[in-house]
Amino acid sequence: MKPPPFEYYAPTTVEEALALLAEHGYDAKPLAGGQSLIPMMNFRLAQPSVLVDLNNIPELSYIHRDENGGLLIGAMVRHNMVQHDPLIVERAPLVHDAMPKIGTPQIRTRGTFGGSLSHADPSAELGAVSVALNGRFRLCNQKGERWVPANEFFVGLFTSVLEPEELLIEINLPRLSERSGWSLMEVARRHNDFALIGVAAVVSLDKNGGCEEARLVFMSAGDGPVEAHQAAELLKGQKPTAEAIQAAAEKAASADIDPGSDIHATAEFRRHLAKVLARRALTDAFEHANGR
Amino acid sequence: MINLFHLSVTVNGTLYEQEVEPRLLLSDFLRHDLGLSGTHVGCEHGVCGACTILFDNEPARSCLMFAVQAHGHKVITVEGLGTIDRLHPLQEAFWEAHGLQCGFCTPGFLTTLVPFLEKNPDPSEEEIREAISGNLCRCTGYQHIMDAVKLAAEKMRD
Amino acid sequence: MTKQFIGKRIKRNEDPRLLTGQALFVDDVEIPGMLHAAFLRCDYAHARILSIDVSAARERPGVVAVFTAEDMGKDWEPGPPLVSPPPTLQGVTFHSRRQAPLVKDKVRHAGETVAVVIAESRYIAEDAVEDISVEYDPLPVIVDLGKALEPDSPLVHDDLDSNLAAHLYQQKGNYEAAKAQADVVIKKRFYLDRGAAVAMENRGIVAHWDEKSKQLIIWDTTQAPIAIRNGTAVRLGLSENQVRVIAPYIGGGFGPKMMMFYPEEILIPWVSMKLCRPVKWIEDRRENFYATTSEREQLHDVEMALTKEGRIMGLKDDFLHDTGAFDPYGLTLPLNTQCHLMGGYDIENFSSNCTAIFTNKPIVTPVRGAGRQQGIYVIERMVDFAAKELAIDPLEIRKKNFIPPDAFPYNNVIVDQAFAPLILDSGNYLPVYEKAVEMIGYEQFVKEEQPRLRAEGKHVGIAITPFIETTGVGPYEGARVQIETSGKVYVSSGYSTQGQGHFTSFAQIVSEQLGVAVSDVRIVTGDTAEFHWGTGTFASRGAVVVGNAVHAAASAVRQKVLKLASKVLATPEDALELEDGKVRIADIPHTSISLGELAALANPLRGAVEPGTEPGLEATDYFGPQYGATAFGTHAMIIEVDTETMMIEIKRYIAVEDCGRVLNPLIVDGQIHGGVSMGIGNAYYEKLHFDENGQILNASLADYLIVTAYEMPPRIEIGHGETLSPLSKLGTKGVGEAGAIPVPALFAQALENALLDYDLEILETPLSPNRLFELLYKS
Repeated sequence: MKPPPFEYYAPTTVEEALALLAEHGYDAKPLAGGQSLIPMMNFRLAQPSVLVDLNNIPELSYIHRDENGGLLIGAMVRHNMVQHDPLIVERAPLVHDAMPKIGTPQIRTRGTFGGSLSHADPSAELGAVSVALNGRFRLCNQKGERWVPANEFFVGLFTSVLEPEELLIEINLPRLSERSGWSLMEVARRHNDFALIGVAAVVSLDKNGGCEEARLVFMSAGDGPVEAHQAAELLKGQKPTAEAIQAAAEKAASADIDPGSDIHATAEFRRHLAKVLARRALTDAFEHANGR
Repeated sequence: MINLFHLSVTVNGTLYEQEVEPRLLLSDFLRHDLGLSGTHVGCEHGVCGACTILFDNEPARSCLMFAVQAHGHKVITVEGLGTIDRLHPLQEAFWEAHGLQCGFCTPGFLTTLVPFLEKNPDPSEEEIREAISGNLCRCTGYQHIMDAVKLAAEKMRD
Repeated sequence: MTKQFIGKRIKRNEDPRLLTGQALFVDDVEIPGMLHAAFLRCDYAHARILSIDVSAARERPGVVAVFTAEDMGKDWEPGPPLVSPPPTLQGVTFHSRRQAPLVKDKVRHAGETVAVVIAESRYIAEDAVEDISVEYDPLPVIVDLGKALEPDSPLVHDDLDSNLAAHLYQQKGNYEAAKAQADVVIKKRFYLDRGAAVAMENRGIVAHWDEKSKQLIIWDTTQAPIAIRNGTAVRLGLSENQVRVIAPYIGGGFGPKMMMFYPEEILIPWVSMKLCRPVKWIEDRRENFYATTSEREQLHDVEMALTKEGRIMGLKDDFLHDTGAFDPYGLTLPLNTQCHLMGGYDIENFSSNCTAIFTNKPIVTPVRGAGRQQGIYVIERMVDFAAKELAIDPLEIRKKNFIPPDAFPYNNVIVDQAFAPLILDSGNYLPVYEKAVEMIGYEQFVKEEQPRLRAEGKHVGIAITPFIETTGVGPYEGARVQIETSGKVYVSSGYSTQGQGHFTSFAQIVSEQLGVAVSDVRIVTGDTAEFHWGTGTFASRGAVVVGNAVHAAASAVRQKVLKLASKVLATPEDALELEDGKVRIADIPHTSISLGELAALANPLRGAVEPGTEPGLEATDYFGPQYGATAFGTHAMIIEVDTETMMIEIKRYIAVEDCGRVLNPLIVDGQIHGGVSMGIGNAYYEKLHFDENGQILNASLADYLIVTAYEMPPRIEIGHGETLSPLSKLGTKGVGEAGAIPVPALFAQALENALLDYDLEILETPLSPNRLFELLYKS
């Protein structure tokens, strides 16, 4: 399974990379970790005529604090760098929890944060986690830049709002409020497989122990990360009792998501799993929030 | 018609310079251009792990990299871990514990495990399972491989 | 036998090369001037070929040639069958249809080869494949086994009246009479679906025709190099001695690499002769799912007649067997299934109709277990259902029906895959069964642990499944053993190796006879230039058939050594011993002569040699067993099911094996572990999903799920029995497939037990979380 021929460029600055994308437009594809793109090229399912290799641009790889207690993550940061970074543990523990679930150890050596997001696979952990954390992404082209909230970035199956000449440069994850809790749960056929269903839950409590805010974002439940808005509405202002959580889980599974069927799971099984995982993740997240 | 790129890469300590087509996979470059056929190709879509090599000392799937991406970098293949006359303790442990049968997946396990054991000199069973979860083996059922890793950790601690 | 080497956990001779990347696999072969092949494979499962235009492909720079069936001219013909139906069976219907190197009239399964491109690199060859345009007339597709014999079903082979590939009927005693007298008759229908072998190494061939010397060398990932050589010589009009086939180190076989002739195996050597250049074809993983054979789909309608005490009086099983688009492997698989339908039980009355059916799916040939898995699944499920129906303990009902140890050799009357009546040579099933019961702590679990866990709301189940495995079938294998003047021993055999440790286990047999270190015995397999009589590596026969041939040859050499040493040391033979590579006088150990020196003396440069003697210390011998040796065992498992997520966790796994004399316990353990990992795959993770158009929906390792280290039980605990086979001097039996055989039946029993409150009836395999969800929520 050999890839078809392509023109190859290895820019060393973001400026160079953006110039190349502007020049080649639809013919060009950025190459980040390659762990998703190269298999598709080997299968000849993707046949870009131009590859712009981003792996030689050091300015795209960093993890910094932002002024508001959150994080700024360069798009080319490798998963295994994220996995072991103390800032991530401190300021984005949900991302830290997600890391061991992403692929396999070797994939995490090459795969990148920005690459995973740009690929927009609905089963990907980082997409759901970024939405759950209210993240936002900085997109640049030769002419300028724009910030896109995570929940507006994914618009279809393997499709984001990225224009052909745009690059995802940076990810901003804001700090979670006090009394926040989080949980990430997945069901997969084998330990490292893509989730049949996964859910990232981020909740916060108000002064009286009621739910101030809840975000429940599913993986493999639609064309991209799917946020369970109706379930979140049900929880808002309520005490997070087992019954309230159960009701929210049921709402999420029946009304908020629209999972598909494939050889591994029918839509019906996915809905069932979504209900179970939503309940477990919310319970876990609220317990977490209480504990802090 | 085809643009060739000048590739300069250090493999197992030796510097190689060659003109290559950008689409040439690193796995094919190592196996056929350099004749280092110890790295094996099982799937070419990044799942089986047989093609794992060390790229700047980290395990990576060589079927998911183009050779040109290795320009200026350092690669270690199974041939760089040990020789028949001087086996790496991990190779010795695999031999003693019967951690291989057909041997096709083995180079990928070895390159994955060498940095793992260097960073985790006393790994738990769970940690070992996690470390090898990205390598498929159809012959051994993984049990003797797990035994080999524990034995190797012992050997490397001495 | 002193057992100094046999039965020891000795490190393998082959490992240092494999561990350091120095072992030659087929894709490692590089020959100057070598060209690379890529195939155009049809995406349709059933379609007529109207036209093929290869002109654009031929013009691509770097392309040397493109061939279609037309281009082969009179060299085109379907391949020879691998095995024929048994001659001794009356009333067998068999329609032989074999695959062709390139498709001529119509494509009968997705992935069939339509054209081959030969180019300077595989990259260019694949580019050129996309240049080829084919006009197809798509035809209706038949993939449903249950519908393939309906009158309006699409026909896979137009020259036949139906999709019937074969029909065979076997019986023992009189089932109907037994049924009439039975207290209880249980009827069930079982469906078993396809799995693939998924060796880590895909198939590959390098063919090098040298025009000057008129010699053809072929490297092939085959399990049967001698048969490939013989068939290739005939096909290409060469003498056998002009063709050399080498099966070097092979990255796993598991059955499909035994199949021949694959279209590529006929074509690539032909292309090399045509172009007078070496040609390499390496299968990629996507091709592997279509182009390499798979197995296991059957539909069984079963009846069991019993007394109310639980004694099995008779069994009847009429089943359909999917053979795919062609049937080069004859009736081997259904015969194996039939031979395991009675398991290790004493059943006097048996009736079985097997109907093998053509479908528009890839060819079916053995995959580890080779039809035995299905037979064991059926019988063990039926015994479980009988136990439930009669309210008899599932362990007791089995003990009641096991063939007793004094009944061996036990004649099961029906015919097996080796064309002989199924005779179980030896067995002692109860101790092995009870050992498994004890090792898993059955009593304690069922009485204390399980009720406690159930009270906590957990779903934990236990299962114990006995099985038999026919192994060690003929026709024969051979070996040549020679002591070289270096003192090392050289052994060659027509067998081939795919990781089973032959380079060591066979060496141990030689060491036992000649007193040399195992590491001083060099075993060569898989090269027709070194040894050219033999069959192939299949059906768990190495330890038995080759082992005993090696033993016989090594014993003969031992006799020669003793005779010559006796003369040289002027001492009677019975006062001599062989140890550490020397022959010593037992009472005067410092008086010795090395084997190397003896070997030199055995090939004198001067002097007279007695008539009737042979030079050297060498012997060749063959072993052909009367019939196969039947191994047996019992597996046990404790499993927990999360009834919300359908995820399973194997808590404990026990495998008790009896494969006769054990040559190397380390190797046997490894075979069992590997077999169990495939069995677990077959039970809950692996399934080839076909859609109604005959497309495989999971033709990649991302979606065809073989187990990783995480899906295995924490530890497989192994127990052994050692009931020697009376059929050979070594008393060995095979064990290569045993690990995989009982596992689906074990899973079914365990899951039903874990999910007792759901009152499940599991009638199919493989299962999956999704399927379990459907079963639980439907009941």
